[in-house]
Amino acid sequence: MSGNDSATPDAARDATSDATLDATDREGRNPLLSVRDLRVRFRTEEGVVRAVDGVSFDVYPGETVCLVGESGSGKTVTGEAITRLVKSPPGEIEGEVVFDGQNLSDLSEKQLRKIRGGRIGHIFQNPQNALNPVYTVGWQVAEAVRLHTDASRKEARERAIDLLDQVGIPEAAARYGDYPHEFSGGQKQRVVVAQALAANPDLLIADEPTTALDVTIQAQILRLLADLREEFGMAVLLVTHDLSVVAEVADRVVVVYAGKVMESGDVYNIFEDPAHPYTRALLDCLPGRGGETRGIPGRLPDPTNPPDGCRFHPRCPHALPECREGAQPPLYEVADDHEVSCVYYDGSHDPTAITGEASSRPSFPDGGGGGGVSDRANVRPDDSREDEDDE
Amino acid sequence: MSDDGAVGEERPVLSVRNLVKHFPITEGVLRREVGRVRAVDGISFDVYPGETLGLVGESGCGKSTAALSLLRLEEPTDGEVSYRGESVTDYDSGELKAFRREAQMIFQDPTSSFDPRMPVGQSVAEPLLVHGMADRRRRRGIVENLLERVGLSASDYDRYPHEFSGGQKQRIAIARALVVNPDLVVADEPVSALDVSVQAEILGLLEDVQDEFGLSILFISHDMAVVREVCDRVAVMYLGEIVETGPTVDIFEEPQHPYTRALLASVPSIDPRRRGEGVELSGDVPSPSNPPAGCRFHTRCPEIIQPEGYDFDQQNWRAVMDLRVRLEQGTLDLDAAREFAVAEGEATDPEAVTREELARAVRDEFSIPPELTDHRAERVLQDALSSLVDGEADAARDLLADEFETICEREHPDLRDTEAGHPAACHLHREAVEADAVRSQTPED
Repeated sequence: MSGNDSATPDAARDATSDATLDATDREGRNPLLSVRDLRVRFRTEEGVVRAVDGVSFDVYPGETVCLVGESGSGKTVTGEAITRLVKSPPGEIEGEVVFDGQNLSDLSEKQLRKIRGGRIGHIFQNPQNALNPVYTVGWQVAEAVRLHTDASRKEARERAIDLLDQVGIPEAAARYGDYPHEFSGGQKQRVVVAQALAANPDLLIADEPTTALDVTIQAQILRLLADLREEFGMAVLLVTHDLSVVAEVADRVVVVYAGKVMESGDVYNIFEDPAHPYTRALLDCLPGRGGETRGIPGRLPDPTNPPDGCRFHPRCPHALPECREGAQPPLYEVADDHEVSCVYYDGSHDPTAITGEASSRPSFPDGGGGGGVSDRANVRPDDSREDEDDE
Repeated sequence: MSDDGAVGEERPVLSVRNLVKHFPITEGVLRREVGRVRAVDGISFDVYPGETLGLVGESGCGKSTAALSLLRLEEPTDGEVSYRGESVTDYDSGELKAFRREAQMIFQDPTSSFDPRMPVGQSVAEPLLVHGMADRRRRRGIVENLLERVGLSASDYDRYPHEFSGGQKQRIAIARALVVNPDLVVADEPVSALDVSVQAEILGLLEDVQDEFGLSILFISHDMAVVREVCDRVAVMYLGEIVETGPTVDIFEEPQHPYTRALLASVPSIDPRRRGEGVELSGDVPSPSNPPAGCRFHTRCPEIIQPEGYDFDQQNWRAVMDLRVRLEQGTLDLDAAREFAVAEGEATDPEAVTREELARAVRDEFSIPPELTDHRAERVLQDALSSLVDGEADAARDLLADEFETICEREHPDLRDTEAGHPAACHLHREAVEADAVRSQTPED
C-alpha cells in the first residue's frame, strides 16, 4: 500500500475533482463559485511559504460554506486569493477559480476590481480598520453604491440609508452623517456589512466577521448574515476558527489545515460524524462540550517545510507509518457529500480506530450553549473537592 | 454545591465591598467637572482561597475597570477592598508594593503586554528584580524552571516575543504572573484573543497552575462558554453593577436575571440542529456616563415588566418601550423618519410625507405592529404618535411615561435571594416573592 502512495493520491484527487466538476449536483444547479487546486505561495527570506497548497471546494447559490481552521492554516489567504486580493508579488496564486462560469484567473486587475465589492463582497475581521475614520459612514456606504452602480448622488444616499437600515442601524437616516468613532464595534461591523451589500453581491466572503466582537454582538451579526442571506439569496463564504460560529450558520464546512483540505461535507456530517482526527480534535477544543479539553498538542507545521504525508500526522494520535510518507492522502468519500483526507478511509483500514472512541465523547449533551450545563461543569467542582480531600 | 459549604467556613482572600470607580468628565481650563462616567458603581464580592470567581459581562460593563481598581492600579473612588483582612485601600506605597507581589495580573493581549526589545526571560524576571532579588543567576534559574512548568523550554529565556505564537506568549505571561509566587491572580480576558484550540490549552494550563500553586483566580471574561469551563462561582456585571451572583452550576442551570439569560442565550449552540434558539439581546450597552434610571437593564430587557392595567404582547411591549427609551433620550429624529419613508418608497419627497405615513414609519422603525391587541393601550399609543408627528415630542414622551410607567424604570432593584438560592437584582423576583407570600397566607386546598 505504502509503496504506491505517491501514485494513488494524485490519481484519486483528479478523480474526485473531475467528479465534482461534472456534477451539477444539489438540485441540478451549477456551483456559483468553484475553486480547484488553489495554491498560494509567498517567497520569503526563510524560504517559500506554501500558505495554500491545493485547496478545492464549491459554493452553490444561496448557501453558506464555512472555511474552518486554526490561525496559520491558510484559510484567510484562501478567501483573499479568490478575488486575488493577495498582492503578487510577493504572493503567487495558481489554480482555477471559476465564479458563475467565469474564470477569475483570466481577468485583468481592472475587471477584477469590478467584481470585488460588486458581485463578490468582502467583510474583514476588524471593523475598526475597514472604515475610514475621516469620512462619515453614510458617505462610505454611498461611495460603495456609486462605485458599482450608476446611481446619482441622491439615489446613492437613499440606497445607503436603506442599506444601513437593513443591517439594523437604528435611525439610519440620522446616523448617516456620523463618523466611525461614534459607532460601537458591533455597529461598525454592521456598517461594513452594509458596504459589502451595496452592489447586491451574489457571494459574500466574510473573514472572521465576529471574532473581534462580544458574544452578544456576535449573535446579532450572525443572525443578520442569516437574515440577509434569506432575503437576497446571497451565498456566503465564511472564514472562521470558531466551530460554534460554524454550527450556527453553515450549510457546508471545509476544514483546512496547513494549506490542505482535511475534510469537507454537510454541516450535520461534520458535527455529528466528524471523520478526520483533526476535525475531531477541533471539536473537542470547544469549551462547554464536556470533553477533557486540553487543546491540540503540538503546533502547526513550519509552512516553509511542511511534513511529508498527511500534514496533520505529527499531531495525530492515530498516525500510522504510511501517514508519514508520500503526499497528503486523497479525499475519500465517506458518505454522500462528505469527504475526508485520511488513510483510515481508503478501504483497507478500519476507521472505527478513529471514530470508535466517539462513544466516550458525549455528543451534544444539551447543545453546549443555551441554558444547559455540560457534564463537565457539573462534575468538575466536586472532582477538585475530592482531590483536595485526598491530600 | 459542595464548594459553598467549604467556602463559608474559610476567610476570603479578597473581599470587595461597594467598590466604586467614577471617571470625571471635565471641561475648560479649570477642568470643571461636568459629568461622571460611572464605570464601576458599587460592586461587592469575595474570592475564597483556591477558587476561581468569574466576572462576566459585555464590553463596557466595567469589569476591567473593576479589576484595575481593586488592585489599585487605578485609585478607586469609593469602597473597601480587603486582602486577607487588611484594607488594600489604606495601604501606603510600601505596603502596596508588597500587596502587588501577592496579587498579579494577566492581560488580554499577550502581544502588547511584552516589551518587543527585551528577551522574554528578562520580562518574566523583571517582577523578581522589582521585588528585590538582585542575584542574576538565581533569577535566571527561577525563570527557566518556571518556563518549563508552563510548557516551554528553559532555552526560550533568550528569545524575543516575536518568535512566539499568541498561545505561547500567553504561557509566558502566566509565567510572569507566577514568578513572584502570588496567592491571587486577576486574569482579564486571558483567552479572548486566542484561537479556540489554543484557548483550551491555556485554560488547561491555568487550571494546572492553580492546583500547583494554590491560587485564587478572579477570571474576567465576556464568554459564558469559557466561564462555565473554568469558574467555581460567577458574578454577572451590567453597567457597573453586579446583577446576579452564584455558583457556576446554578447560574447556568437556573439563571435568575433576564440579563444572565440573555447572555447565555447569545452563546452560539454547537449543535447545528439547534441553531437560532433563544432570545437575542438588542442594542448595545448604554453609556455609563448617564446610566438609565431604575433597573439599568430596563432599556434592553426582553422581560421588562408591563405597566399596570395594560395587557401587551411582551414583544410589542418591548417595542413600545424602545420607542419610549428613544423619546427619553431625545434622539428620535422626525426628519430622518421622513427620509426613511422616502427610502422605503412610501413617498417621493420628504416634504410630501403625510402624518399617517410618518406615524407608520415610526411604528416600522420600532417594529410596533399596526395595531396593538390591547385597545386602551392602542389609543394611548395613537395619541402619543399624533402628538409626535405634530412636532410635540415632549408631550408624546410625557403621555407615554405617565400611562406606560413600569416599576423597572422607577425603582432600582437590589440584589436579593431568589428561589434558586442565589441572589439576583431584578424586580421579577420581588413580585415572585410577594406572590409567594400571598400564596402561603391563603390555604392551598
